[in-house]
Parts: sequence; structure tokens; C-alpha cells
Amino acid sequence: MSDDDVIICRCEDLTLKELRELLKRGYTSFDEIKRLSRAGMGPCQGKTCKQLILNEIKNYTHLEIDKIPIRPTVVRPPARPIIFKEILESENERNR
Amino acid sequence: MKETADIVIVGGGCQGVSLAYHLTKKKAGKIILLEKSYLGSGATGACAAGIRAQWGLPINCKLAIKSLEKFEQMDEELDFPGGIDLKQGGYLVLAYQEEEIVQLKKNVVLQNSLGIKSKIISPGEVRSMVPYLNTENLIEATYHQRDGYADPHKVVFAYGEASVRLGVEIRKFTPVKRIIVDEVRVMGVETDKGTIYAPIVAVTAGIYSTGLLSNIGINIPLYGERHEALVTEPLEPMVKPMIISFSLNLYCQQTPHGSFIMGCGDPHKPVGEDISSTPQFLFTMTKKITRLLPFMKKVRVVRQWGGSYDMTPDATPIIGSVSEIKGLYLSTGFSGHGFMLSPMSGELLSQLIIGETPSVDISGLNLERFQIGELIREPSVVG
Ligand SMILES: Cc1cc2nc3c(=O)[nH]c(=O)nc-3n(C[C@H](O)[C@H](O)[C@H](O)COP(=O)(O)OP(=O)(O)OC[C@H]3O[C@@H](n4cnc5c(N)ncnc54)[C@H](O)[C@@H]3O)c2cc1C
Repeated sequence: MSDDDVIICRCEDLTLKELRELLKRGYTSFDEIKRLSRAGMGPCQGKTCKQLILNEIKNYTHLEIDKIPIRPTVVRPPARPIIFKEILESENERNR
Repeated sequence: MKETADIVIVGGGCQGVSLAYHLTKKKAGKIILLEKSYLGSGATGACAAGIRAQWGLPINCKLAIKSLEKFEQMDEELDFPGGIDLKQGGYLVLAYQEEEIVQLKKNVVLQNSLGIKSKIISPGEVRSMVPYLNTENLIEATYHQRDGYADPHKVVFAYGEASVRLGVEIRKFTPVKRIIVDEVRVMGVETDKGTIYAPIVAVTAGIYSTGLLSNIGINIPLYGERHEALVTEPLEPMVKPMIISFSLNLYCQQTPHGSFIMGCGDPHKPVGEDISSTPQFLFTMTKKITRLLPFMKKVRVVRQWGGSYDMTPDATPIIGSVSEIKGLYLSTGFSGHGFMLSPMSGELLSQLIIGETPSVDISGLNLERFQIGELIREPSVVG
């Protein structure tokens, strides 16, 4: 299988080849890669791709994973995508 | 070894990278940009990506329309792989109150006098532009076609890459601990990896500019104010313009990727560095957006986030030199609209730094205005 066919982020279709190109251009932190490629911004919010990307960064920079710069986790709700109508209904429920 | 540069820039948000690019384009010498994290990691990365020329203050109109021109030319000029995702679907400003209409009409007259082709449109015209919009109680709206969207991350990385190609040295993950001054002139900066001596230091550190400057005895009335936003799943292209209303206190725009980014004002927004996300915002936004765009009820919210507006007392930026300390410059305090003004603010400050007369008069944006009380309040913002 070539790098072209290896999908790193299934939500946003980032391939291994594209990831390696970003690394070569100097984007060697998870947050930069996320903001440029949208990896981690889709429905799963990085739950599948984050470790894979960190591993690739590790291979490229030879930094241990805990030395790779990563922004302290900020909580970005909701935990899973939710439709506005459910939010509206839950709020009406609360006010009843 | 003693490290030196001609110009040090502190902070790599949209302001810092635009300044770096415009300085190096003018061959201003050896430039080092220091960023404590990665480029765009501050307010710029939290930005809602809106760009508009429909402002109520002459200076904001001038900076914004010239910046729009620069956004329009950016793909060609900066040659960033994949481009900056510019979308010019216009900004539709919805008005529901009589006094609001009076202000917006004044704004349109001003904008037209400065070459911004905004216009007043009727609820009927609004409906044909956005058939999905609930226009109940809408009195009138204003529209300017060249307003819209650009991807803030890509713009920052595009300026960053172009600056590096032209010789700027960008050091990521390098926080500046303090600015070094010799009473009346700037000497350089101290980082955790050593000292860099430079006769010119430009501070573009967003809300952190306040602390860096107070350390050297300069007080700037700039503070952070939390603003929240959210984004939905991507949908087919449905809504062309950015929809914004000052009386409803909200904005919402479909991005080129198909998702909708939206935000609304919060009467209880905390001051400081808090950028947490709240359920209150989610509920308020949900109520407002499902009323205005009823189809939203079935759309999924994918992510919520918060960021800091970089507020000054008159909601207008501080761009210029600091008179007490020779060689010290500022471009900050953009009060929630710094992304859309960044192409032009960077160019103007670069002109000032190299001793040219700025092509737009920015003398009214100096820091001294707060001491002498000459505030220049912008009337048209979402708070
Ligand atoms: C939710 C939200 C929505 C917004 N929507 C819009 C919009 O639609 N349109 C618009 O135009 N604007 C919008 N804004 C405002 C806009 O994001 C800001 O005005 C703009 O990004 C400010 O840019 P800056 O470069 O001055 O600051 P920042 O982007 O904050 O950059 C400052 C940089 O300095 C770095 N730094 C700080 N201290 C140090 C130090 N000691 N050493 C080294 N580096 C340091 C930081 O890490 C940061 O990267 C929005 C803001 C928010 C929060």
C-alpha cells in the first residue's frame, strides 16, 4: 500500500502522504497539522487520528511523544455531534 | 555570543506575521519573530474568520477596504499551497430597531464616500438572497458583496511561509520573558533561550501585550474578554452571505468547507484569559439561530470553543510607536476584529517603522489617545 492510500484522518480524508508533506514544510506540532489539514476537526474530534499523527511526528522529529509540543487540552463540547433541536428540547425540559 | 537583529517582533498572530511580511518585503533588515507557541495559537486561531468593510468609523472603513483588496490578491501574492479559502458572499447586516437603522444608514453613507459599495436592501431582497432566513420583524438590512470569509490559520501560515522565504527568522515555541529597555530606548528582548539585542521591538502579543509592557512601566488599557463560537457539520452550500445583527447580537456564516460558524454576545462575559466553553452559550446560540434559520434545528453542532477578544476602551486598535520609549512599536487591541484588518495594519506599521509616511493616516490610533481622552468609539460591533 502506498502512502497515498493510507488514511490518517477518516473524517477529513487526510492521507499519510499529505501528512508527511506538512511535516516537511515545518509543521511539526499536532495543533498546526490540525489547523492546516482539518484532521481532528471532523465528527470524531481527533479520537482516531490524534495518536497516529503524534506517532508520525515522533518518527519525523525523533522527539519522544511527551516532548512534542501540544496545547493543553481545552474542553471543546459537545462530546459527540448533537442536533440543535435536541439542545433546544433539553433546555425547555430544564425550564419546566 | 551576543545575538542581534534589526527588528524583533513579539507574537506570531495575524498582526505579527503580517508585520513581518511587510517589513521584509521592504528589505527592513534582519527580522526575528518570536512566538511563544505556534503561529496563530492565540486569538487568531479562535477567530470566526469574518472579513467586512461595513464599519461605522472612517479609520476602520479605510483599513478594512484596503485589507479586503489584499485578501483578494493574497493567493497570488503569497502563493500558499491550497490558498487561503477566500469566500466573498458578502455580509448581510440585519436591522430590527429604528435607532439601529439610523446608524446603519449613516454607516452606508460613510462607506460609500470611502469607496465601499454597500447598500440598503429590503426584507424582500433579503429573502431572495437567503430563502432559508426567517425575516419576521426585520425592517431593513445592509449588504456589501466583497465582505466574507478567509481562513485565519491559512492566512497566518501563508504570511509566515512567505516571510521566511524573504529572510525572516521565525522562532516558534520561544516565549519572550521581558522587553529590555535602557530608560528611554528599547534594547532588545530576553527569551528563555537567551537575549536578542535590537534597536526596534514591535509588540504584537495580543492580550499578552499588556503584561509585557507593564513590566517596563508602560500601561496600556488592553484586556481580554471571553467570546465563544461554535461550528456545525458541513452541509451543501445554502447560505451565501455572513448574517450578522447588532440588535440580535449574533453572527453566522457558512464556510467554504460547508460548516456554519456562529457566535453571539454574552452579557456576563468574563474579563481575563478565560477561554472555556459554556453550556449557557450553547443554549443561547441554539435559541437564536433556530429562530433565525429554522432549518438549523436538524443540523449537528460539532464543536464549541472560546477565545479572547483583545479589547480597548473604545473598541479600536492601538497601532504606532510608544512615545516614552524609542524603538518600541505596538499593533494590538483590535477588539474582536483584528483578523480582517491585519493585512493593512501590518503594512502601515511597517511603513512607520522604516520611516515612511503611512499610506493611511493612523496617527489617531496611537496609545496617547487614552491619556488625553480622545477616544474614537466604533459603533458597529457584536458584543
Ligand atoms: C471567538 C472569536 C471570534 C472572532 N471573530 C473575528 C472575525 O470574525 N473577524 C475578525 O477580524 N476578528 C475576529 N476576532 C478577533 C481576532 O481574532 C483578533 O482581533 C486577532 O486575531 C488579534 O490578532 P493578534 O495577532 O493581535 O493577536 P493573537 O492572535 O492573540 O496573537 C498574539 C500572539 O502572541 C503570542 N504571544 C503572547 N505573549 C508572547 C510572549 N511573551 N512571547 C512570544 N509570543 C507571545 C501568542 O501566543 C499569540 O500567538 C475574533 C476573536 C474571537 C475570540
